[in-house]
Amino acid sequence: MSEDNVIEVEHLTKKFGNFTAVDDISFEVHRGEIFGFLGANGAGKTTAMKMLTGLSFPTSGKGRVAGYDIWTQSELIKKNIGYMSQKFSLYSDLTVKDNIEIFGGIYGMERHAVRRRAVELMDRLGFIAEKNEKVRDLPQGWKQKLAFLVAIIHNPGIVFLDEPTGGVDPAARRQFWELIYDVVDSGITAFVTTHYMDEAEYCNRISMMVDGRMDALDSPSALKRKFGASSVAEVFDILARGAKRSE
Amino acid sequence: MKGFFAFVRKEFLHIFRDRRTLLVLIGLPTMLIVLFGFAISTEIRNVNIGICAPERDITVTRLADKIDRSSYFTFKGWFGSDEDIDHAMRKGEIDAALMFSDGFSSSLAGPDGAEISIVTDAVNPNNASMEVMYLTNIIYGYFREDMQESAEGASIVPNLRMLYNPQLKSSYNFVPGIMGLILLLVCALMTSVSIVKEKETGTMEVLLVSPVKPIGIVFAKMIPYFVISCMVLVITLLLTIFVLKVPIEGSFFWMILVSMLYIILSLGIGLLVSSLVKTQIIATLIIGMVFLVPVMMMSGMLYPIESMPYVFQIIAQIIPAKWYIEAIRKIMIEGVPFVFVLKEVGVLLAMTVVIFTAAVKKFNDRIE
Amino acid sequence: MDSIRVKRLKKGYGRGLPPAVDIREGFSVSEGELFGIIGPDGAGKTTLFRLLTTLISPDEGDAVVQGLDIIRDYRKLRTIIGYMPGRFSLYPDLSVRENLDFFASVFGTSIKENYHLIEDIYCRLEPFADRKAGNLSGGMKQKLALCCTLIHSPEVLFLDEPTTGVDPSSRREFWETLARLRRTGMTIVVSTAYMDEANRCDRVAMMRSGRFLKVDTPSDIVAGFDRRLLAVRSDEMFRLLQDLRSMEEVVKCYTFGDTHHVVLKENAACAPDEIGHRLTGKYGHTGVQVREQAATLEDCYMNLDD
Repeated sequence: MSEDNVIEVEHLTKKFGNFTAVDDISFEVHRGEIFGFLGANGAGKTTAMKMLTGLSFPTSGKGRVAGYDIWTQSELIKKNIGYMSQKFSLYSDLTVKDNIEIFGGIYGMERHAVRRRAVELMDRLGFIAEKNEKVRDLPQGWKQKLAFLVAIIHNPGIVFLDEPTGGVDPAARRQFWELIYDVVDSGITAFVTTHYMDEAEYCNRISMMVDGRMDALDSPSALKRKFGASSVAEVFDILARGAKRSE
Repeated sequence: MKGFFAFVRKEFLHIFRDRRTLLVLIGLPTMLIVLFGFAISTEIRNVNIGICAPERDITVTRLADKIDRSSYFTFKGWFGSDEDIDHAMRKGEIDAALMFSDGFSSSLAGPDGAEISIVTDAVNPNNASMEVMYLTNIIYGYFREDMQESAEGASIVPNLRMLYNPQLKSSYNFVPGIMGLILLLVCALMTSVSIVKEKETGTMEVLLVSPVKPIGIVFAKMIPYFVISCMVLVITLLLTIFVLKVPIEGSFFWMILVSMLYIILSLGIGLLVSSLVKTQIIATLIIGMVFLVPVMMMSGMLYPIESMPYVFQIIAQIIPAKWYIEAIRKIMIEGVPFVFVLKEVGVLLAMTVVIFTAAVKKFNDRIE
Repeated sequence: MDSIRVKRLKKGYGRGLPPAVDIREGFSVSEGELFGIIGPDGAGKTTLFRLLTTLISPDEGDAVVQGLDIIRDYRKLRTIIGYMPGRFSLYPDLSVRENLDFFASVFGTSIKENYHLIEDIYCRLEPFADRKAGNLSGGMKQKLALCCTLIHSPEVLFLDEPTTGVDPSSRREFWETLARLRRTGMTIVVSTAYMDEANRCDRVAMMRSGRFLKVDTPSDIVAGFDRRLLAVRSDEMFRLLQDLRSMEEVVKCYTFGDTHHVVLKENAACAPDEIGHRLTGKYGHTGVQVREQAATLEDCYMNLDD
């Protein structure tokens, strides 16, 4: 595995019975980039993400994530990546500080290391004044940020963001993306799925899954040139139109 | 009305799709009946007994034989002295012993009578007293019936009779209790959980914004559980009659009718709980803590109410299962006519009315 | 004729908290209108939907839907409206057809009777009619939920964030269906977090903290935008964002797809070229492009609070 890649995947395939959810995909994600992982509902994104985050094994193919093999070292993968889903899993009846410490503990961090990192991150997000507030009393946008912060508490090489901005209004989405930029700036790679095509433009490179295959992978501007489209949304439409699988 | 039946159909689909829960609902009564009927029994069975008799004459050997033939005791052998008995009991070879006095048979007819001592291992006092009672019974029976001709002048033997449950079968006692427990579980727990589930998943919002009257929604939920409860009732009764061999002394008709009243009451409890809480887990906890535990502990199912502290006796009066269990005991085991359970049925009926009134009042056709 | 008329409406949850919905100016939605509501989470959109669908009653004020009062006539009102809540999740253990059958019967109708309303959505679902709803993908669930909401041919349709988590193609199909329903004369009120969807509405209400800040057609809202707007890009987008914000004449700068949109102060007289030069020169950006930008609905939303 090259030093510059956080993810390297070759011929990754996952079958459920005679249904091929992920069909022979190969790609790599470079260190320090924002990688957009797009596709229609049912195109195989979730299945692929599960394999990359060590939650399920592929049917065939090989891959390395954060330097560890997806076949033999899935436990190490889980320890060395961050993950945030749309239904961010914070404990809403606990305070901001408690949540950070609990998740730090889950990732096996030392107590004082968690404290130090918590202060550093809360400072960066401007959470210091709210550290003793219960999570359920925070505005939605803040919860989202906190969930993200918790996902990178252990300073992972890569963080997976699964539709982090679903159902969020345009202003809050922008704030969230600035946070992603900020975190990526500090050296963490971001792997993002989204249904907002304007967000796809914010990525360094984007991939599009159609019917389990990865039909396109390039920078947004290169893709637009290639398909003669004025926006990523158009590229998405062109590719999705060819989809046979109805979800 | 069409909407209402669509609801009932939907509820049945939910229940039949969830095979595991259905299996538990049907399997639980079977399991409890078998457990309480056979395994967790307060009866004694096959108690090992030793006999110490200085003269092993016909009177003594016939008595030993009779004891051995009863299903409660197994005759382990003859012992020579107190010490041998003591030794065997310590080693666990025997749990009880009979000790005949010197010259037992000859002094039977004498003025002072003969003497038998019963020795039991009272580590488990319940068992010990039970053994003493059973042994006494057998011995009295022996001298009354078998020895009539030889013991003409024998003094009057007190006649102990256990009313209604002559064999002291504990399953007699448990069956009404189990019925009270299971019917409450099926009706109250399942109804409340299934109503609250719709609140949790958000489908309730859609249902409320429909022409079906909200109260129709919950009554539609009760029907399938009413049917299942009746099935459970039938299964329990069949097991009771054919497997535990407990006879139904009284009116079958009234027993079913009282049970149905209790089922409806339990459904009402489920409805009331579901109108008060928002999550399935809280509904389950409330039913479990507020209703099931008291039924087990204080309804007279396991422990007689009369021997509880006064406060608990008062509390027991407001537990519906207490009245149901009492009514069923009276009808099923004592076999009394219906008029004798009018009080219990009256109380159950009153409770049903109160609970349904409260539930319907509490039930909100908005989501606030 | 007005389908929905709200004079005042107020609803709060608990003391000490600001009211979730506090509409003072009043608004109306005319019959056959596609009315959009956009606003951040916690703006009170769901509460407003629940008020109008009679699921909760207001603390103050009142509203009329199809001539029926939401408090007094709620029972009658419930028979003529359709409501699809945001987390509406159907019955996962029932099949597609069973779900639809059930909702049809609840509303005293049948699939056959109103098949024309759901035809173009349901034909996509039909191959999976026997599949359990719990095993459908997000987009399919949404379609089924819409079918279930439409099956009784409601006069007014309330959709609370119907397309959250749905991919762009499915979303477009969904909105094509809405457009078609609107042509049948159905009034539709829909909340959304997607600006492209808001653009497809006849009128849009921008909601914040329980109030409507602006209610107008998308084109009028856009026409009312009176600031100068630039679209800027360079090779280092993240640094560009911060650099632009540090400029004196910039009021606001935010990401916008592959460019950043910059709102200039009213009296700032600097030309796009000048900004471009400064970015290349003083800030050392490469590949700088700066052009005047016509405002979009999203720009209006982003500049609501000032």
